[in-house]
Amino acid sequence: MSDMHGAARRPLSPHLQIYRPMLTMMMSIVHRITGVALYFGTFLLVVWLVAAASSPNAFATVNAVYGSWIGLIVLFGFSWAMLHHMLGGLRHFIWDMGHGFGPEARELMAKLTIGGSVALTVLLWVVIFAVKG
Amino acid sequence: MSGSSDFPGSSLRTVRRRVAGLGAAHSGTHHFWLQRVTALANVPLTLAFLAVLVCVAGEPPERVLATIGQPIVAIILLLAIVSITTHMRAGMQVVIEDYVHNEGAKVLALVGNTFFCAAMGCAGVFAILKISFGG
Repeated sequence: MSDMHGAARRPLSPHLQIYRPMLTMMMSIVHRITGVALYFGTFLLVVWLVAAASSPNAFATVNAVYGSWIGLIVLFGFSWAMLHHMLGGLRHFIWDMGHGFGPEARELMAKLTIGGSVALTVLLWVVIFAVKG
Repeated sequence: MSGSSDFPGSSLRTVRRRVAGLGAAHSGTHHFWLQRVTALANVPLTLAFLAVLVCVAGEPPERVLATIGQPIVAIILLLAIVSITTHMRAGMQVVIEDYVHNEGAKVLALVGNTFFCAAMGCAGVFAILKISFGG
């Protein structure tokens, strides 16, 4: 900060460790973490598509890796991150419309985002294993 | 009530910044709007993408390729890739701007972000088109 000559003398906001951890704050952090995780998760999706377009051998290799137990764990986490980030995004749309800023609404939406993302992820994988065996 | 504009010295913004009127991000609301529009598009597109993945999971490779290559499916996947990579770039840009304070490293990271998202988008689009056109 000392190299910013000519900048206005602004007060600094308190850092993260000053605040008592709260659910809504954790949800904000998790929204960002899932966003970053999805960023790199997209690489897995593109690798799968490029392998499918390249050759049967490449496609079989990628499918074998993704279908292994460690691959499935990563895909499970990927799907949870996606659903959680999506529900968190819908929460942001509600805020964008000017609603849901009250204490009860904030807490409720935070809980719905966690509960909803876990429930939808479990439902997704139950469907996958039920339909696909 | 007297606003901060009545007392220039008490404002948190420099005079130069106030004239530019572009805030801390050095641009207007374009970034915010782009992020929200792609977020909205991502909701149905990623759910549709997920549905396609569930449908093709465990199927033989020929069936997977035939499904991805169908026009409706391919178009949905193409839209999803474009919207997702645009959203990704906008989101990671904010993360970089928040945490990378060294100007040189920040610019490098922002350019790297653009390169990565462009590469992901281009590769994804090419793969879907190739599968779809049966090359």
